[in-house]
Amino acid sequence: MLAVRQLECRRGDRLLFSGLDVAVPAGTLLHVRGANGSGKTTLLRCLCGLFTPDSGEIHWRGESIRALGGEYRRDLLYFGHANGIKGDLTGIENLRVAATLDGDRPDPDALWQALARSGLAGFEDLPTRMLSQGQKKRVALTRLALSRATLWILDEPFTALDVAAVDLLQSLIAEHVAAGGLVVLTTHQEVALTSGQVARLQLGD
Amino acid sequence: MTAVFWCVLTRDLTLALRRRTDVLTTLFFFVIVVSLFPLGVGTEREVLRNLGPGVVWVAALLASMLALERLFAADYEDGTLEQMMLSAQPLALLVLAKITAHWFLTGLPLVLIAPLVGMQYHLAETAIWIMMLALLLGTPVLSLIGAIGAALTLGLRGGGILLSLLILPLYIPILVYGAGAIEVSGIDLADTRPYLTLLGAFLIAALTLAPLAAAAALRISIE
Amino acid sequence: MALNWFKFAAPASFYPLAGRLIPVFWVLTASTLLIGLYWGFFQTPDQLGGSNPQKDYYRIIFIHVPSAWMSMWLYVVMAIWAAVGLVFKTRLSFMMANAIAPTGAIFTFLALWTGAFWGRPSWGTYWDWDPRLTTELILFFMYIGYIALHAAIDDVRRADRAAALLAIVGLVMVPLIFWSVNCPDPNQCAALHQRSDLTKIEGNILFSMLMITFAFWMYSFATTLMRLRGSILLRESDSTWVQEVVRREARQ
Repeated sequence: MLAVRQLECRRGDRLLFSGLDVAVPAGTLLHVRGANGSGKTTLLRCLCGLFTPDSGEIHWRGESIRALGGEYRRDLLYFGHANGIKGDLTGIENLRVAATLDGDRPDPDALWQALARSGLAGFEDLPTRMLSQGQKKRVALTRLALSRATLWILDEPFTALDVAAVDLLQSLIAEHVAAGGLVVLTTHQEVALTSGQVARLQLGD
Repeated sequence: MTAVFWCVLTRDLTLALRRRTDVLTTLFFFVIVVSLFPLGVGTEREVLRNLGPGVVWVAALLASMLALERLFAADYEDGTLEQMMLSAQPLALLVLAKITAHWFLTGLPLVLIAPLVGMQYHLAETAIWIMMLALLLGTPVLSLIGAIGAALTLGLRGGGILLSLLILPLYIPILVYGAGAIEVSGIDLADTRPYLTLLGAFLIAALTLAPLAAAAALRISIE
Repeated sequence: MALNWFKFAAPASFYPLAGRLIPVFWVLTASTLLIGLYWGFFQTPDQLGGSNPQKDYYRIIFIHVPSAWMSMWLYVVMAIWAAVGLVFKTRLSFMMANAIAPTGAIFTFLALWTGAFWGRPSWGTYWDWDPRLTTELILFFMYIGYIALHAAIDDVRRADRAAALLAIVGLVMVPLIFWSVNCPDPNQCAALHQRSDLTKIEGNILFSMLMITFAFWMYSFATTLMRLRGSILLRESDSTWVQEVVRREARQ
């Protein structure tokens, strides 16, 4: 469903990768690996359309993501280095804004349940800046549970999570892949991903 | 579409209300700059009456400039700006919502405090009304044009100073006609009409073009 | 220019071409500048004629007007290259816009400087808030803003594109700014600067003015291409052809 053809990216003068060809069919997890500075984050940002590659094409369901624009972004969920939550808003408010931006009309009960599932029951209406790093990350990851996007692009989602949260995230990813979704993720940690088809991509050498 | 616009607008207003000092700083900056001028140029009524319109507008430009730096910076740092750019909604619409919120927090307070400043400068009552009207039409244009500069200088070292270098020259038409309207109101009230019409025309042009330019600038800056 | 620019859009093929063109432009600059200055000093009347009886000092017109023309023209050219770069994503166009900016800023400064010297004897002041002076000053700020924004961004790609967008926004705003300072009172418009009309100018004056304009134009080509060659070398420094060029020039 997601196809990358002859992708080339530079950062400043440095060539990160070139001639990159990847195809990710439905129901697959693509694990992107590589040393620091090998261009993992840049590749993920390219896939989101945040970064324009120097050459090459990215296709989604057979069409260029540039041409698809908003239609592609509707199918996409990106989880970057920054959590993407506002410290002055509560967990519920953050999720409501995120859902509205995705074009959903969020049901308040669903938001509360999703937060409870992330282990944040009792913290729902605290401003998120009062929460610990791991808890903030949990709030951000709750978006995954609520999202209807087909393609998840996750940049280092496992950092700063405790064991229980790692388990939760793994089960979310497993469910998504089992339901025919696509996941592209980077992680330095060795995390056992059992379910579904797993593809690997090594950047740099 | 309206739901998203409304959502971003209320989000930014809520955030500002939880950090009230930011809003008040801008307002007090405006009041202080305006209050310092008479101390520098003397307190003669005639001098002040002549200087008033210009001083008010220059202070308004600076105050709006001061707050612009924060327009996208906070969202850029915590990654929410990225999330907005990845939403299926047109980015220009979200930018417009953010600019609207910015105007509610920095432009509108200036309009409301204008009568106080007018009295400091011994302006006539009609001149004060015209000043409020001109500010009401002009300050949104400041926020709209300024958003382009804020997007271009996003995340740069010394971005604030650079921002003023880029944007202040573009504010000139607003300054000229905004201050002109107040001056003319002393002679003949009917003469202020073309000024206000022009300010209105600028507002409409800026409303249609500036969000698109600011969205394009954000896409460039976020890479 | 009857050049096929698209053929030379690749820096590698443009670099040697620019190298061959630069001497040509310098020769053209020097010769037309000499002719223009000679004509301006010795073949023109002692006074600016008609309703405008200014004495010898009017000769500053031969520098002032051409540099003012060039300052505006170069901004337009810069913005067009910037737009071409944004639309077609050609690296060379951004470099071109970038190379033009300093030359444009210099001409803007020259126009302001000579204008002040001309204003002193004819208006009795170095500076006046005349619409054209003010607009020229704003244009100077725009050039400085473009250069400053480009310099402030470390990532070259972002710098190119951000500065390009700024140039285009500036191009939209400059006429508006000019109009607003030219006509601060929409009820009645007036200006201090003489309305210029090329057909009323004495033939010899016009000739040397156009000659120097041409010289300035050629000067812009020469300096822009020189700057362009420099930035091509810098940006393509990791490519093999640049390393060959550097090796060749080091041997000489």
